[in-house]
Amino acid sequence: MADGIKDKVAILGMGCSRFGERWDMSAEDLMVEAYLECMEDAGVEKNAIEAAWLGSALAQVNVGLSALPLSMTLRLPNIPVTRVENFCATGTEAFRGACYAVASGAYDICLALGVEKLKDTGYGGLPEQGSNAGPNRFLLMPSITAPGSFAQLASAYRARHGINRDDLKEALAHVSAKSHKNGTLNPKAHLRKEISVEQIKAAPIVADPLGLYDCCGVSDGAACAIVTTPEIAREMGKKDLVSVKALQLALSNGYESSFNEWQGDHFVTTDKCSTRAYEEAGIENPREEISMMEVHDCFSITELVTMEDLHISPRGGAIKDVLDGFYNLDGEVPCQVDGGLKCFGHPIGASGLRMLYEMYLQLQGRADQRQLDNPRFGLTHNLGGFPFMNVCSIAIVGKHGE
Amino acid sequence: MAGIVSYGAYLPRLRLNRMAIYNNVGFLAPALMTAARGERTMCNWDEDAMTMAVAAGRDCLRGTDKSNLGGVYLASTSAPFADRSNAGVLATALNLDEEVSCADFSSTQKAGTSALVAALQAAQAGEGKNFLVAAADKRRTKSAWFHEMWFGDGAAALSVGPDNVIAELVGHHSVTYDFVDHYRGRDEKFDYNWEERWIRDEGYMKIYARSIGGLLEKTGTRIDEISKLCYPCFLGRAHGAVAKKLGASPEQVSSNMHEESGECGVAHPLILLVRELEQAKPGDKILVAGFGQGSDALLFQVTDKIKDLPSRMGVAGSLARRKEEHSYAKFLKWNELIETDMGIRAESPKQTALTALWRNRKLVLAFVGGKCTQCGTPQIPSERICVNPDCGAVDSQEDYEFADQPATILTYTGDMLAVSVDPPAIYGLVQFTKGGRMMVDFTDCSLADVEVGVPVAMQFRRKYYDQQRGFTGYFWKAAPELSTGPGE
Repeated sequence: MADGIKDKVAILGMGCSRFGERWDMSAEDLMVEAYLECMEDAGVEKNAIEAAWLGSALAQVNVGLSALPLSMTLRLPNIPVTRVENFCATGTEAFRGACYAVASGAYDICLALGVEKLKDTGYGGLPEQGSNAGPNRFLLMPSITAPGSFAQLASAYRARHGINRDDLKEALAHVSAKSHKNGTLNPKAHLRKEISVEQIKAAPIVADPLGLYDCCGVSDGAACAIVTTPEIAREMGKKDLVSVKALQLALSNGYESSFNEWQGDHFVTTDKCSTRAYEEAGIENPREEISMMEVHDCFSITELVTMEDLHISPRGGAIKDVLDGFYNLDGEVPCQVDGGLKCFGHPIGASGLRMLYEMYLQLQGRADQRQLDNPRFGLTHNLGGFPFMNVCSIAIVGKHGE
Repeated sequence: MAGIVSYGAYLPRLRLNRMAIYNNVGFLAPALMTAARGERTMCNWDEDAMTMAVAAGRDCLRGTDKSNLGGVYLASTSAPFADRSNAGVLATALNLDEEVSCADFSSTQKAGTSALVAALQAAQAGEGKNFLVAAADKRRTKSAWFHEMWFGDGAAALSVGPDNVIAELVGHHSVTYDFVDHYRGRDEKFDYNWEERWIRDEGYMKIYARSIGGLLEKTGTRIDEISKLCYPCFLGRAHGAVAKKLGASPEQVSSNMHEESGECGVAHPLILLVRELEQAKPGDKILVAGFGQGSDALLFQVTDKIKDLPSRMGVAGSLARRKEEHSYAKFLKWNELIETDMGIRAESPKQTALTALWRNRKLVLAFVGGKCTQCGTPQIPSERICVNPDCGAVDSQEDYEFADQPATILTYTGDMLAVSVDPPAIYGLVQFTKGGRMMVDFTDCSLADVEVGVPVAMQFRRKYYDQQRGFTGYFWKAAPELSTGPGE
C-alpha cells in the first residue's frame, strides 16, 4: 500500500531570480540566475545532479519545446532531463518529478527548474494563442483571457452567497492590498509598492468586476530546487531540514464544464486536491495547523475563493476572514507572504517553485523582514487553466521530523 | 398548386439612425440630407448574410417538420464564400437531413425571387417535398453616399411545397434584360453605380411594368384584385410611380421600408412578402416582384391555412426587437471602412483545420451535442465517454439539438483585455434548462443586460474571420432575451 511522499524527500537548496520585466535577460539568463543561487545554497557540484526537470508553460513565446533549453543552458553532463508543462502547475510539476525520482530511489540528487519569459510578446497580459490553442478549442471556445476566465467566479460567487457587487469588490481589494503590502518587503518581487483599497477599487476594469489591481503581474523569472533524501542531506551536514509533506494534483474531467451540478463559484479540483494533501501530510485541522500559504492569486477572486476550497475559511466565510485580516502577515494564517503572484509576479513555469522558495526560506528562518514566527507547515497551491476546467497542484512542506 | 407553407424573417437588432450618417459625412455630400430619415438595419459585428439566413431559416422552420425538406436554396450577393456552398452551410446549420439538394443563387438583386421561382417549380415537380428558400444580404457600400443610406441588412425565408400551403402560387412571370444599373466585378469590394434618374426611367418604371404587367395578363388578374403589391425600389418617388403606372392605388402598395430598415438586397422582396403575409387574411392576393437585370413577379393567393401557422418572429418581431445605434464610427469599423489599430494581440493565428471542422460540423454549425442513452444526460460537446460521473457509459450518445433549448446564464464577465471590435467581450457559462452547459460568447447585449440567471437564446454567429485566408468561422452564441425581444 502506497503511503505517500511525506518526509521521503528533503530540499537541499533553492534559488529564485528576481521577478519582473527583465528586458535585459533572456529566459536562459534567468535560468542561470536561479540555478547559481540554488547551487550555492545546496552546496553540491554540478556532477552530483543525476536527473533534472524543466518546467516551462508557454513554449511558443518562451524557451521552446523539449528539455534541451535546460541541459544546454546549464551545460548539464548528458544526464536525463525532462520538460513538463501543466498550465500554471508547471513549476510544481517539475518539483514533483524531481521529488518522485528521489523518493523512488532511482536517484540521490535531482534538480527542478521552472522558467518563463513572458515579456517578449510585445503586449501586456498572457499571449493570445488563436488557432495554436488546438483546432477543436479554436472552433468552439470563446477567445477567453485569463482575467476573463477567473472573473466569472465573481458573478457566480455573488449569486451563490447573495453578496452585492460593492461588498465583494471591497473584499477583493483587501486581498490585493495585503499582497502589495507584503511585496514591499521582498527585494525580488516584481511590484514593490503599497496600494490602498481605494486605489484598487478605482482602477480601470480589465474583466468585470476585476480591475487592474485585482490582476497579478505578468513577469519574467526562474526558480530552482535541488532535492535529495533526508538521510543524504544530513550526511552532507545540513541542519533544519525542510522536507516534503505532500504533493498532490487534481485535474478536471468535464464535470464543471459539461455536467449540471457545479455552480461556477468555486474550484472543484482544489477542494479535492487539498483534502488529499492534508491526508498525505497528516494534517487534520488545516485552519489550525497550516502556518502560512502561497496560493495561486492570479486574480484576487481566485485567492478569495481558494481559501474556502483549501478548507481554511468555511464556505462563504472567506470575505469575513479577509476583512478580519486572518491572511495578513500578522494574521493567523499569513498568505502571499512574499507578495504572491500578485506582486512577486507570475512567470508561469517558475511560479510553483517560487512559492516553495518562500516557504523554504521561512521554514529555515531566512526570510528577513517577512520572517514569520516559527512556522511549521507551509502550503503552496497552483491553479492552471480556467475555473471550469483546470489543473490544481498543492505542495505542503515543513520542518523535517515534525 | 404549390405555394408557401411557412415563412420567417430576420432583421438585425441594431438600427443606425440615418442622421448619424449625415452628421458625420454630410459635409462631403450635403445632398444626403434628402435620404436622412428614419433608420437602417445594421448587422452586429458578428452578423453577416449567412448568420441572418440561418436566423430567418430557423424562424421559418419553427414548429414544422424539417425532415420533409427536399432542397435548400440560398440567395445572396454578399454570402461569405465564393467557392463553398453557402446553401450547404445553411442546411448544415439548420441540422437538415443530409439527403437534401442545395443551391446558391447570386450575382443579381433579383436572386431572391429567382430562387423562389425555382423552389416553387421544384416543389411542383417534386415528390411531395418542401423546399426552403432563404435570402439574405449585407451589402457593402462606400462611406458618404446614398447607398449606405438606402440599404439595410436583413433576411427572409420561405418554405414552399405542394401541400398545406398558406398562400398558393397563382402564377409567375419573369423577364431578363442586361440592364446594368450597377455592377460589382469579381474580387471588387464595392458596387459601381450609374445615374439614378436613368435607373428610375429606363429601369424600375419599364421593367417592373413588364414583369408585373405580364403576370397580371398571364393570370387574367385585374390590378384592383391585388391586395398588396410588394417590390423593392429605394428611390422613394419612383416606388410610388411604378404602382401608379400599373394602375394601382397607393393603399395597394407595400412600403419599401426605407424608414424602418432600408433595402435589404436580394432578401428585400421576400421581406416585403413576409411582412404582408403576417397581416394577410384568406383570399388576399399578394404580388411580389424582384428587380435586377430584369425582374421576376409572383402572384400568391392566401388560404385558410394561414390561420393555423404558429406564431414566429417574422418581420414584425424583428422590427420590434430593436436597439438604436447612433455611432457611425461603429458602422464604419464593423464594415471595415476604417483602419484601426487593433494591437499585436489581434495578430494571433486563425487557421481553421478543415479536417477538424468536418468532424465537428454538426457541433460547430448546428450546435448538436449528445444525450446519453444510458443515463439521459444532455451534454455538449458530445464525447465518447458520458460526462455524468455516475454513468461514464462509452459510445452511448445520440444526437441532441441544443440550438432551440432554453438556457440561463450561470457565470459571465465583460472582458476588456480580449480582442474585440465591440468591447468588452462578454462571455460565460450557460446552463441549458433540460441539461447541458457550455462556455460561450454572448451577443446582442451590453454588460448591463447580463446577470446570473438571465434567460438566453442561442444564435448562429460569426466567431472569427481569418484575414490571411479569407475564411469566416461560425459558432453559436448566447443572446440574452431582453425585454425588447419578440413576444414582449
